[in-house]
Amino acid sequence: MNSFPWLTVLLIVPAVAAVVVMAVPRRFATVAKQITLAVTLVEFGLALLATIAYEPSRAGFQFAQKYSWIRQFGVSYSVGADGISLVLILLATLLVPVVVLASWDEVAGPAQAGAGGADVVSRRSVSAFFALLLALEVGMIGVFAATDVFLFYVFFEAMLIPMYFLIGSYGAVKEQAQRSYAAVKFLLYSLFGGLLMLAAVIGLYVVSADQLGTGTFDFATLRQLDITPGVQKLLFLGFFIAFAIKAPLFPFHTWLPDAGAQSPTGGAILLVGVLDKVGTFGLIRYCIPLFPDASSYFAPMVLALAVVGIFYGALLAIGQRDMKRLVAYTSLAHFGFIAMGTFALTSQGGTGAVLYMVNHGLSTGLLFLVVGFLVTRRGSRDVSAYGGMAKVTPVLAGVFLIAGLSSLALPGLNSFVSEFLVLAGTFTRYRALAIVATCGIVLAAIYILYLFQRTMTGPLVHEQAKGVLDLSVREKIVVAPVVALIIALGVYPKPLIDIIRPTVTATFEDAGHTDPAPSVPVNAAPVNASQAGGHS
Amino acid sequence: MSAAPTAVLGQQLLAQDVLTQSTRGTIDVPSIQYGALSPIIIVFGVALAAVLIDAFAPAKARRTLQPLLAAGGFAAAFVAVVLLRGRRQILAAGAVAIDSPTLFMEGAILLFAFLAVLLVAERRLDSSGGAIVASAALTPGSPGATAARTSAGVQTEVYALMAFSVAGMLLFVSANTLLTMFVALEILSLPLYLLAGLARRRRLLSQEAAMKYFLLGAFSSAFFIYGLAFLYGYAGSVDLGRIADAAGTVGANDTYLYLGMALLGIGLFFKIGAAPFHSWTPDVYQGSPTPITAFMAAGTKVAAFGALLRVFYVAFGGLRWDWRPIVWTIAILTMVVGAVLALTQRDIKRMLAYSAIAHAGFLLTGLAAANSDGLRGSLFYLVAYGFTTIAAFGLVTMVRTSDGEASDLSQWQGLGRRSPTLAGIFAFLLLALAGIPLTSGFTGKFAVFQAAVAGHATPLVVVALVTSAIAAFFYVRVIVLMFFQEPATEGPIVVTRPTLTYAAVGVGAIVTLLLGVAPQPLLDLAGTAAASGFVR
Repeated sequence: MNSFPWLTVLLIVPAVAAVVVMAVPRRFATVAKQITLAVTLVEFGLALLATIAYEPSRAGFQFAQKYSWIRQFGVSYSVGADGISLVLILLATLLVPVVVLASWDEVAGPAQAGAGGADVVSRRSVSAFFALLLALEVGMIGVFAATDVFLFYVFFEAMLIPMYFLIGSYGAVKEQAQRSYAAVKFLLYSLFGGLLMLAAVIGLYVVSADQLGTGTFDFATLRQLDITPGVQKLLFLGFFIAFAIKAPLFPFHTWLPDAGAQSPTGGAILLVGVLDKVGTFGLIRYCIPLFPDASSYFAPMVLALAVVGIFYGALLAIGQRDMKRLVAYTSLAHFGFIAMGTFALTSQGGTGAVLYMVNHGLSTGLLFLVVGFLVTRRGSRDVSAYGGMAKVTPVLAGVFLIAGLSSLALPGLNSFVSEFLVLAGTFTRYRALAIVATCGIVLAAIYILYLFQRTMTGPLVHEQAKGVLDLSVREKIVVAPVVALIIALGVYPKPLIDIIRPTVTATFEDAGHTDPAPSVPVNAAPVNASQAGGHS
Repeated sequence: MSAAPTAVLGQQLLAQDVLTQSTRGTIDVPSIQYGALSPIIIVFGVALAAVLIDAFAPAKARRTLQPLLAAGGFAAAFVAVVLLRGRRQILAAGAVAIDSPTLFMEGAILLFAFLAVLLVAERRLDSSGGAIVASAALTPGSPGATAARTSAGVQTEVYALMAFSVAGMLLFVSANTLLTMFVALEILSLPLYLLAGLARRRRLLSQEAAMKYFLLGAFSSAFFIYGLAFLYGYAGSVDLGRIADAAGTVGANDTYLYLGMALLGIGLFFKIGAAPFHSWTPDVYQGSPTPITAFMAAGTKVAAFGALLRVFYVAFGGLRWDWRPIVWTIAILTMVVGAVLALTQRDIKRMLAYSAIAHAGFLLTGLAAANSDGLRGSLFYLVAYGFTTIAAFGLVTMVRTSDGEASDLSQWQGLGRRSPTLAGIFAFLLLALAGIPLTSGFTGKFAVFQAAVAGHATPLVVVALVTSAIAAFFYVRVIVLMFFQEPATEGPIVVTRPTLTYAAVGVGAIVTLLLGVAPQPLLDLAGTAAASGFVR
């Protein structure tokens, strides 16, 4: 089973589908949707099969394939999966069909558009929207699957273009200026970071050419290089700033609320749920193994930024009136936790961070879904446009509550496990920091419960909201798998942890970061402690 | 109209005689290998034939005969270049050198000239046929000039002028002595000055462009020949190889050498449009007929860079520690000026002109690398940029109002809604100019930047990447205009029938994509050429 080129197939299928869907004429918009849904479901099925075929105990990359692409630069088409990338690919392939179904009616084709003046505004190509989603899926899978730094960079940058068009062309309908602004800001921030990374990528190539005779971009080979500390620090910064913008970490985050607020619902889910994970993924996949000395050197700085982000994001989230911006700011706080777990440089913290990436994708994805449903119903992102909605839309309110509780890491739901692991992993090395960060959880409870209270509970504030419909069957199908996973992973996270942990442990050990010995004798190894968080 | 270039040709033959005497001492008949010179001879032949056709053929026949002759001639010359591949020798009594880099650039110039002929020959765009005015000498505003704007009578001297210019370019890149180079510089420049003044619409702008180009070009030629004189005084020869030999010995009068190098450099930097010698570029690019602008942006850039590379690698190769700081400074200045001033442009042609300046800066980083990889990168970049820029200018000719091209950016608003295919291609070309992966622009940038880092010019590369990020902004701004904004009610019309223009644009766009996805063959070609290097 392992000789099957899973990753290449995963890349080719949506790429071909994107071209096909793009070519579907406007009249057959429904066909375009159906093709997209079918393809993305097949993708998820393939990713699941790949996960079953994956052997967690084996070291190194699996399903690896390597073909020379640009020989002169030592670039190859080289893909492979380890525990970290596999779970993120799984997350991406899961969220895309969810997004496709959620966006089913959001992009109105010419047929549905009203006559006259409204026609111009809503005359957007339906097939182009779904083709962009498929192109984005190619980029997301590629960026996680690439084991060649050049190929990674190519996907990293190429992925921006479909997202840029999703925000700019299909974002908030009435706010043309803000929409363009958000799209451009997103693109330029990411491009700027990407170009800094390109400098570091070229630097890495030149170092490898100096040491090996011929330059290479092969990740496994680059790991073996012995880079002098000074050079390591510079290259680390090149990669780190790109990832910190992408993730985003404080203070590189200002594009996120704009992009999150202006994106179409589906775009926002993929943006925050998966695209931003590329940043945190890059930290643990590239920064730490390639530049171990620099990672240790800069770890305190990163941790400080992470903790600032946890509080800053939470405080700003509390103050938001725009629901999408609010969710975007909560993500800033969550990314702080992920970065903290990563740069605590303990296997427990790292495992927690990777699990956190998956969980955050689920919980924030669900939050954006629910907010998106609300916005399509009432046409406003403003918190004050809601109030007492639980009376008219009880199911929606219930889903909202689950998403919110997951986001604030209620024990029994998925995020709790990862947050616990991150904090426990950080505690073994940086006690004070872990204690401070734990207080951030309280703020999380404030912003989520305050939002829920203002929008859902109490008497119905707006008379017009009375006619608002509860979740349709389609919308229930959309949220069902995510809700199920949120609960399932809260109760039994072991399958994912089993995949993630060996890779994270190996990554840190290769980079020379051994877990600190526990200062207080404990009976269980840290690994078992992680499972204790599972409430199984 | 065609008398001037013919006179120049005579002058060139005269110069050859002088040269023969100065290098040989006696008046021998030099052995001229006509076969090896065939590309240049073919194009000169085409130019002369075009003059004769213009004089004797009936008007109606001229209109089909001339484009066919020019295109056929360039194609034949290209075949000759291909047949000459691998040749490496000095010909015509030391006046002309044939080697792999030269042939590479000659091939590129001929391809670009071929595409430019397609654009020039397009007669379906303007209601009265073609972008070239019939009687360029009339004063703008006079009754005759107004009539000429809408007159269907088309003169065909443009093809003869183009052929002379192309012949000059071919000679320019293969000149092995400074005197030949100077003569070639004049042959390529004089027709270009005239061509700049031939725009059918906006005559005043076009004539201003021609005048400005001529005056500033004459100045730069003066600098060039002044530098030539100093170098002759220093080395006792105008032969590039002998100048290199003389520069390698100690004790000669170095002041002459450095003065000569600086003055010669000014002449060449002017031609590539490097800051601070760039000020002609925006005006000339804007005022010239757009097909001619495309020809200049692609062809002249290759020719001027070819000469620049040969002079700096062959004649001043031993002095690289002296000229590198200067090239650094000029490269940085050029990139910054190009990228920053492009931000403020409201006219699409001016914006592309400033983009050309920025690209000249990126190309100079390849020269600053001063190694074989840098040469490879420059060669590749020139081809990649040329195809993209021809396609981009070709597209500009297709977006029109009733009064000619819609070159003001505000008129491009909402073009993506009106004609998605055209706008999509233009967006792709802009992304290529911005250097997004999977386009030729990225591969080219990577090639020169990688060489520059390997050549210890890392700070230069960092500046280049930052300016790339700045430059991305104005490319993206056009995409925002086209796609994210609603079309203006009185928008431009996109002409849908121009077969020839479509062909040129299509070829340019496809090559741009191919060189991004599969750059291997061309990189191989450029790599082999660069490895064998310039003949001395």
